[in-house]
Amino acid sequence: MSEFNAIDIRGLEKTYDNGFRALDGIDFQVKQGDFFALLGPNGAGKSTTIGILCSLVRKTAGSVKIMGVDIDEDFPLAKSFLGVVPQEFNFNVFEKVINILVAQAGYYGIPKAEALERAEGYLKQLGLWEKRDQVARNLSGGMKRRLMIARALIHNPQVLILDEPTAGVDIELRRSMWTFLEKVNAEGVTIILTTHYLEEAESLCKNIAIIDSGKIVENTSVKALLGRLQQETFVFDLGEALSEKPQLEGYEIRWRDDSSFEVDVDKSQGLGDLFGQISKLGLNVSSMRNKANRLEELFVSLTGEGKQS
Amino acid sequence: MSIQANWVAYKTIVRKEVRRFIRIWPQTILPPAVTTGLYFLIFGALIGRRIGDMGGFSYMEFVAPGLIMMTIITNSYSNVASSFFSAKFQNSVEELLVSPMPNWVILAGWVTGGVARGLCVAAVVTVLTLFFTDIHVQHVGLTVIVILSTAILFATAGFINAVYARTFDDVSIIPTFVLTPLTYLGGIFYSITLLSEFWQSVSHANPIFYMVNAFRFGVLGESDVSPYIALSITAGATLVLILAALKMLNGSRMRS
Repeated sequence: MSEFNAIDIRGLEKTYDNGFRALDGIDFQVKQGDFFALLGPNGAGKSTTIGILCSLVRKTAGSVKIMGVDIDEDFPLAKSFLGVVPQEFNFNVFEKVINILVAQAGYYGIPKAEALERAEGYLKQLGLWEKRDQVARNLSGGMKRRLMIARALIHNPQVLILDEPTAGVDIELRRSMWTFLEKVNAEGVTIILTTHYLEEAESLCKNIAIIDSGKIVENTSVKALLGRLQQETFVFDLGEALSEKPQLEGYEIRWRDDSSFEVDVDKSQGLGDLFGQISKLGLNVSSMRNKANRLEELFVSLTGEGKQS
Repeated sequence: MSIQANWVAYKTIVRKEVRRFIRIWPQTILPPAVTTGLYFLIFGALIGRRIGDMGGFSYMEFVAPGLIMMTIITNSYSNVASSFFSAKFQNSVEELLVSPMPNWVILAGWVTGGVARGLCVAAVVTVLTLFFTDIHVQHVGLTVIVILSTAILFATAGFINAVYARTFDDVSIIPTFVLTPLTYLGGIFYSITLLSEFWQSVSHANPIFYMVNAFRFGVLGESDVSPYIALSITAGATLVLILAALKMLNGSRMRS
C-alpha cells in the first residue's frame, strides 16, 4: 500500500439547510491501494461524507482532496478519479443494461466504441453479459447491485466508493462480490466501503474508521482494532448429548442444550489449557466456532448504540 | 474535461434523449400530430371557411404558422420538463452530477434533446399542414432562426421547471396554467388587430406573441410585429433562462 493519500479529509463539516449537523469536523485519510471501511450506525454521517466526495452534497467547511486534488480547486478533475456505487438504485430502470454503461462512460468523455468494449468486460466479469439487452427494471436485486458496480468502474476510477453494496444480496452472491472487489483492489484501485455487515468489513478491509453522530470515534487498522478485544466466546458442539454436564476449572461454561456449550476465554488464558481440560474429560467435540462477530462487539461499544445500553 | 471529452458527453446525452422520445413515439410524436391535425380540420377547414381572410391571407394560411410554432413550443418544453424530472425522480440524474462533466454540457445536452423533439414533431405537423394548405416560406433564414431560438428558449424553460419540480404535478402546472393560456392568447388563431387597443397592449406583454409573429413573418412575409424585435426578445429571454438554469444546477434543488 502506498503512502500517498487517495482521500484526504480534514475538518469536514456539514450542516443541512434544516439545521441538522451531519458532520462535525471529521478527519481521516485513506492510503492509495487501501481497502478501507467507513462504518457507523444509521444517520452517523457516512452517506453525507460520500455525498460530499462525489459532489451531491455541498460541504459547509473543511477540505477534501481526492488523489491529491482539492475539490475546491478542481472538482471535475477530482471527481474523474472516483467511481461511486450508491446505496439506492439510481439508474433509469427503463434503459437497457448496456446503454446504462455506455451512457455513463460517455459522461466521462469515453467514446462509444471504447465504452462498449469496457462494458463487455465488466458485464462478463460480473455475470451480467447475458442480460445486456434487458431493461434494468427486469433485473433481480443482486443483478442491479452488480450493474451499479460495473457502472462505477466503467471509467476505470482510481478510487471506488461502495455505499452498502451487498445490502439485500444473498450470501452466495455476496461472497462472489467480495471476491470481485478483492480482485479490483489487488489491481490497485483504492476501495472505500460502508456496510452494515461487519463480517464484510472484517473480511475485506485493512483499515477502518468508525463515525458516530458526525464525529470519527475510531480510525485504525482492522487488526489493531480487533487486538483490543479482551475476551472471546467460543461455542462447542458435542457429538452426543450428555445427561451430566461437567464444568471446566477456571472457565465459565454456559450450556445451551444437552450437546453444546459456550465458554468465555480471556486473552491472557490462551486456548491450550481449555482444550487440555476438554480432552481430559473425554468430551467428543464435533465442531467449534467463535460465537459473535468480533468487530460487531467493538462497533457497538464504540458507537452510540453501545453507549446507550 | 477536454473539449473532445465534453463533445462525447454532450453527444451521449443527446443520443439518449432522442432515443427516449423516439422509443415512446405514441406518447411523444403521435398525440401532438393528431391534436394539430384536428385544429387544422376544425379551425382551418370547417370554421375557417366562414371566417374569411385574416391579415390579408386565408384563415388556413394565417393559422398554419401559429399551429406549427405552438407545436414547437409545447414539445420542446414538455420533453425536457418530463424527461429531466423523471431523471430526478429516479435519482438517475446523479449519474450526471457525479461525473466530471460541466453543468453547461448537461444543460446543452438536455436542451438539444428538447429542440430535437420540437423539430421532429414540427416536421410531422408541417407535412400534415400541406394536406390543408400550401406553405411558401418567404424568409427561409429568418424562419430557421426563429424556430431554433424558440425551441431553445422553451427547452431551457422546461429544464428550469424540472429542476424546481418536486412532484409530477409541479411538472404539469406551468404548461397547463401558464404556457397554454399564453400560447392560445399569443395570436395563433387571430391577428391582434382584431382586439381593442387595451388588449393589443396586453398582448405585447406576452412573449409567445412575438415568437408566433416572427415565425408568421418568416413564412407569410407579414405579421403584427417586427420580427427583429421578436428575435431580440427571444434572445434576451433565452440568455436569462440559460444563466438561471446553470445556477440552479449547483443549487440546493440539485445538490443538498
